[in-house]
Amino acid sequence: MFTFIVRRLLLAIPTLLLISLVIFLLVDFAPGSPMSEIPLTVPPDVRQKIIESLGANEPVWWRYLLWLRQFFWVEPLHLWDHLFGTAFAEGQQRIVSWQSRSPVFDVIAQRVPQTLTVVGTAYLFGVLIALPIGIWSAYRQYSWFDQLGTFISMVGYSVPTFFTGVLLIVIFAVNLHWFPSTYDTTLKVTDWASFWQQVRQMALPVTVLALFNAAEISRYTRSAMLENLGQDYVRTARAKGMSERTVLLKHVLRNSLIPVVTVIALGLPTVFGGAIITEQVFKVNGIGAALIGAIHANDLPMVQTLTFIFAVLIVLFNLIADILYGVLDPRIRYD
Amino acid sequence: MPDGAAPVLDVRGLKTVFRTRGGEVHAVNSVSFHLQPGELLGVVGESGSGKSVTMMSLIGLLPSPPADVRDGQVLLEGRDLLRITPEALRSVRGAEVGFVFQDPMTSLNPVFTVGDQIMEPLRTHLGMTRAQAETRAAELLDLVGIPDARKRLKSYPHQFSGGMRQRVMIAIALACDPKVLIADEPTTALDVTIQAQILELVRDLRSKLGMAIVWITHDLGVIAGIADRVMVMYAGQVVEQAPVKELFANPRHPYTRALLKTIPSNAGARGDRLQVIQGQPPILGAAPTACPFRARCRHAFDRCARENPARRPVGRGHDVACHWTPEGADA
Repeated sequence: MFTFIVRRLLLAIPTLLLISLVIFLLVDFAPGSPMSEIPLTVPPDVRQKIIESLGANEPVWWRYLLWLRQFFWVEPLHLWDHLFGTAFAEGQQRIVSWQSRSPVFDVIAQRVPQTLTVVGTAYLFGVLIALPIGIWSAYRQYSWFDQLGTFISMVGYSVPTFFTGVLLIVIFAVNLHWFPSTYDTTLKVTDWASFWQQVRQMALPVTVLALFNAAEISRYTRSAMLENLGQDYVRTARAKGMSERTVLLKHVLRNSLIPVVTVIALGLPTVFGGAIITEQVFKVNGIGAALIGAIHANDLPMVQTLTFIFAVLIVLFNLIADILYGVLDPRIRYD
Repeated sequence: MPDGAAPVLDVRGLKTVFRTRGGEVHAVNSVSFHLQPGELLGVVGESGSGKSVTMMSLIGLLPSPPADVRDGQVLLEGRDLLRITPEALRSVRGAEVGFVFQDPMTSLNPVFTVGDQIMEPLRTHLGMTRAQAETRAAELLDLVGIPDARKRLKSYPHQFSGGMRQRVMIAIALACDPKVLIADEPTTALDVTIQAQILELVRDLRSKLGMAIVWITHDLGVIAGIADRVMVMYAGQVVEQAPVKELFANPRHPYTRALLKTIPSNAGARGDRLQVIQGQPPILGAAPTACPFRARCRHAFDRCARENPARRPVGRGHDVACHWTPEGADA
């Protein structure tokens, strides 16, 4: 297992380098200028100075190499300094956002908590709802519960989140006034009242995303359970006199979790990706919103860095899914 | 009955029906048989003759729906298994009645260790602690001839060969010292040398432990070597039943005779064609009112189409469900 992990991590290096190059070039080829948000009244020679000060006039390969050095060397060093109070990264140029002139990683550090609270909670809820629904739907296949579950999953999976989001806002925020329509990032939880306010403002975005995630995962759970319920070892377990509970929740579930856990692990990067659209709909000031804002402002370093971080997470969670597969299924050994 | 002792298992008039979209399928039609303590009853018949369904009906192993055990009695030491609660039936399964299935490659759960799977019934039915169950599981593995038993408890099924896995299945079935062991074609999926080993093992275990065994198979050669008594099934009915020597020496039902002829023999000329029974067993949409074998029977006559023959005694412990007699038509 250890050799497998090391080998996969080493293989990830060329993969990620290639991805970073593609991202960098694609984003760079896109039309637009970092000056598009600067008022037209600013004279051309000043604009030129600003561009030079940002380093945006340098050739693309040079900027790419600089970015690589900053991403893989300066930023980790900076993090190290931040954690342990050292000064290794002193005087080294960090990746700076063209839009806000502040280091990209500082912006990310500000945005990640919002995303994790809202989208992470939604994913967790989605999984917690999906597993029992999937298990029971499979156990009672074609029952009214299963039919209802199938219907809701189909709706939840096929209706886009920007639609369900707006729909929920119209019903629960505009008409019923139960929940606020937007997410207030500045809210600090200090007492029960503000905690309750936080819960209320999370309710709608979490519902929208949890429904979407639960729809997908419950379908995977159901089909995995169904596949395993028909296996011979289930009959063996019953012939041994095991209770239905043991048969279902030990024998069948343990086997069904193998593919389901993989799906859950592979879906996790989307949590960090911040469910971009839902963040926009509910004005959650998270990573997804940061990416959209950066694209609007032609903030190339921000877009490149965020996109690349998503790529890293996807590669990483693929590896985690593979490792979990080996842990859950004794027939798979990587050595 | 050989010695007049009370049978350990007495099945009377068992009827099982499957409800499918295309209508009902009558898979088991008034099957009656008994099993003496320590006896080995062979059950033979083609695929689809209702052998396995009969045995799974006994202990509620058929999924319901679609299966519906509609009528009859299954008396295990006098207690009717069809009329006890599901919980009570569950404590019979695996404890008093052990089951060994056909395919050892798929009958064990791939993600749990062999030891875990043997210990499950021990802990559920006998309330053993983990340590006790582990000791007993090692004894069981040793009993079924798996060397280095203690260590092998920690192995997973995929680390065992087919024959070893069937030994594990037997160990699981025997874990709680059952009174009855039902073996559903336990050697069919194994190659011939392993078959012989498993047969030898069962013969050995039977003399050691003394449980009664129902051995389902379509291999008459296996039956001849192992069974005390044989029951021949066709279309969900028992068509003939006799002590094993009697059945091979003096088969009465045309189906039994035809089955015996299908055994390839190394006595005849090499070029001889294998004997076959033409046609397929019927799928019964309703309880049969005529002899279900008549379409494939060379002795069929008009009475066979009017009346489903009842079992009638023709010798000591020998009965047959057929209107025809070798001496002449019994019209």
